[in-house]
Amino acid sequence: MLGDVSTRLFTDLVTPELIADAEKGEWPDALWRAVEENGLTLPLVPESKGGAGAAWGNVFVLVAAAGRHAAPIPFAETIVASWLLSEAGLGVPEGPLTIAPGGADEWLQLERAGDEWRVQGTAKRVPWGASAGHVVVVGESNGTPMVGLVARGAVQAAPEKNLALEPRDTLSFDGTPAVAAAPVKLPLDVVRTYGALVRSAQMAGALERMLALSVKYVTERKQFGRPIGNFQAIQHQLALLAGHVAAAGTAADTAFRAAERGDLRYEVAVAKVRTGEAAGLGAGIAHQVHGAIGFTYEHSLHFFTRRLWSWRAEYGAEAHWAEELGRAVAQRGPAELWPYVTSR
Amino acid sequence: MATFQFDLCELPPEAESLRGEVRQFLRENLKTAAISRSRSWGGFDREFSRKLGARGWIGMTWPKKYGGHERTFLERYVVMEEMLAAGAPVSAHWVADRQSGPLLLRFGTEEQRERFLPAITRGEMSFAIGMSEPDSGSDLASLRTRAERVAGGYRVNGSKIWTSNAHKSEYMIATFRTATDPKDRHAGLTQFLVETKSPGITINPIIDLTGEHHFNLILFEDVFVPEEMRVGAEGAGWAQVTTELAFERSGPERYLSAMALILELVRAAGPDPTERQAIAIGRVMAHLNTLRQLSLSISGMLQAGQNPNLEAAVVKDLGTTFEQEIPQIAHDVLGLEPSPGTGSQLHQVLAYLTQSVPSHSLRGGTREVLRGIIARGLGLR
Ligand SMILES: Cc1cc2nc3c(=O)[nH]c(=O)nc-3n(C[C@H](O)[C@H](O)[C@H](O)COP(=O)(O)OP(=O)(O)OC[C@H]3O[C@@H](n4cnc5c(N)ncnc54)[C@H](O)[C@@H]3O)c2cc1C
Repeated sequence: MLGDVSTRLFTDLVTPELIADAEKGEWPDALWRAVEENGLTLPLVPESKGGAGAAWGNVFVLVAAAGRHAAPIPFAETIVASWLLSEAGLGVPEGPLTIAPGGADEWLQLERAGDEWRVQGTAKRVPWGASAGHVVVVGESNGTPMVGLVARGAVQAAPEKNLALEPRDTLSFDGTPAVAAAPVKLPLDVVRTYGALVRSAQMAGALERMLALSVKYVTERKQFGRPIGNFQAIQHQLALLAGHVAAAGTAADTAFRAAERGDLRYEVAVAKVRTGEAAGLGAGIAHQVHGAIGFTYEHSLHFFTRRLWSWRAEYGAEAHWAEELGRAVAQRGPAELWPYVTSR
Repeated sequence: MATFQFDLCELPPEAESLRGEVRQFLRENLKTAAISRSRSWGGFDREFSRKLGARGWIGMTWPKKYGGHERTFLERYVVMEEMLAAGAPVSAHWVADRQSGPLLLRFGTEEQRERFLPAITRGEMSFAIGMSEPDSGSDLASLRTRAERVAGGYRVNGSKIWTSNAHKSEYMIATFRTATDPKDRHAGLTQFLVETKSPGITINPIIDLTGEHHFNLILFEDVFVPEEMRVGAEGAGWAQVTTELAFERSGPERYLSAMALILELVRAAGPDPTERQAIAIGRVMAHLNTLRQLSLSISGMLQAGQNPNLEAAVVKDLGTTFEQEIPQIAHDVLGLEPSPGTGSQLHQVLAYLTQSVPSHSLRGGTREVLRGIIARGLGLR
């Protein structure tokens, strides 16, 4: 259901022109409003609090749809942010939300100052950090993990972008007041884990789209008097890409199922490594079969490949997650390897 | 959208409780060293297969009246994956359980089912696959070994090659040419149950590059095959053989065959691996876990009565590519010299799998054939 609505909306509204305008810094307000009005942004917020009351397992299709259309809004971020607020028992404001900090060594502090909570520390590469209505931060206060809500404008933002020209701003919290804050029973690096989770689904979606664009292109483009898709070399490259697409989708889907269980770190590591690898190899194949036209700004292929090249590095690249995974497996030892795999 | 649908499949509780029984059985009945476990589904042990049969773990999904157990594809999946992960010697019943039995269930006569299926489920009857011929590999439809009608049956002349375990199997299901239609090569093929001890059959060993006698060249000289041993209608062989190949490709053996080396790799790296080793192991695990979910998804499709031919081709291509990477990864991160027969279990397993993995993307349909099937699924052919 959610999946169908989001796919229809994104198909109608996310045009190449809209993405190109967003890359020039324009906020796609109509798109955001449509997504919000259709109730897609708060799937994990209880119905009593204005959300859809769905579970993580249902959210994969939503986030993958956003990736499939390269929707240039903090959609995945808002889903995670609103879930964090709900987990902390806080209300969810309207408008786009983002999350921080996502870096490996970034930690924020929350300090009480009278009636107020204040946030301290730096978060780099925060998606739409300067333009989202609120930032949902996770930090600690005397050893207790806290979720805080900070309004746009309250925090100093230095604009930066990723390869896909999506905003990735540095936020410097300097005793910045939070609108609200509350303790939460989640690990301090929760943003990084769930960030990796949603990026894996976005990558799975973008990979699917890349395959569809490639299949379409090779059936239309003719050389040597026939569609290039008739050549076996091209067919086999796209068969290989289809394999990566299937693997990426399944790895990401599995991680969302694990998130629903509440114990997801292993599956997130698997998903981020597998989708990241598929992203790199898949983008290479898609560009090769598209020839020079795929190397132009005019053609839409790069909206997906540039995102994949960025997303695979965000919230921990393959090397990071693979090392964590490998160490955990090595610690448990060979006798536990298979029993652990089947226990998940 | 030109993608394949892999819905996640959750194993039901009865399948998970079966897993405990299977592990207990393996602890009691499988005490072999890593090097023999590295043979994976290539290890042949009739006694072991009999024991599995006695436990009800062969022909699990088949009707009870044929000796089957009417269990789900998901329960069967659990037994298969546990056997493979442990490197149990399952080859004496694997082919019959995976494709020959299901083929007879689908296309065989009542008499054939009653005669062959119970013996298969007891682990007492092995089957070989008689498809390839010296001049017909990937181009299977070009096969020429002829079965001519004679009184009471057929007379077969020609040859089959690369026939795994033919010298240890009581029967093979073979595809022969019963008619020649120059306009349609796929017409005129017919499948038969052939007793490997029939007069006129000579089974010549072919030694593989690891030095083992695994596959064979079979010569047929005026071999009589009785009418009642024909499987399905005359001329229906092509549709049947493609169904058989789909059975052949759909299982977890297409990604778990290098498990013994993965385990030795983790053992060698120890609890505190170098960064490079940890990253390599982590990447292997990411692929292993994902392939398991894909493979499980196919079992879910089988359970739902679907026909996951395309999906099986995708998973076999991904899975065999993965298996083939494992010796390369072990080589890269450990830098050991493979040494057959001597050295540590790791050295020996590395030696065996380095030599055997190239066959994984050949047997059961080459990588190129599979990619052709996938490309057709994408609408490119
Ligand atoms: C260990 C092992 C066990 C086997 N067991 C059995 C068995 O029990 N029963 C049985 O019947 N067979 C068995 N086989 C045979 C197996 O099915 C064949 O090896 C396979 O079908 C390929 O045929 P071929 O070896 O003749 O190679 P060929 O068909 O000659 O192919 C050689 C290469 O050319 C490629 N190629 C061929 N045609 C094309 C094309 N149109 N486009 C692109 N590339 C192409 C192939 O993909 C391959 O890479 C076994 C093989 C092995 C290695």
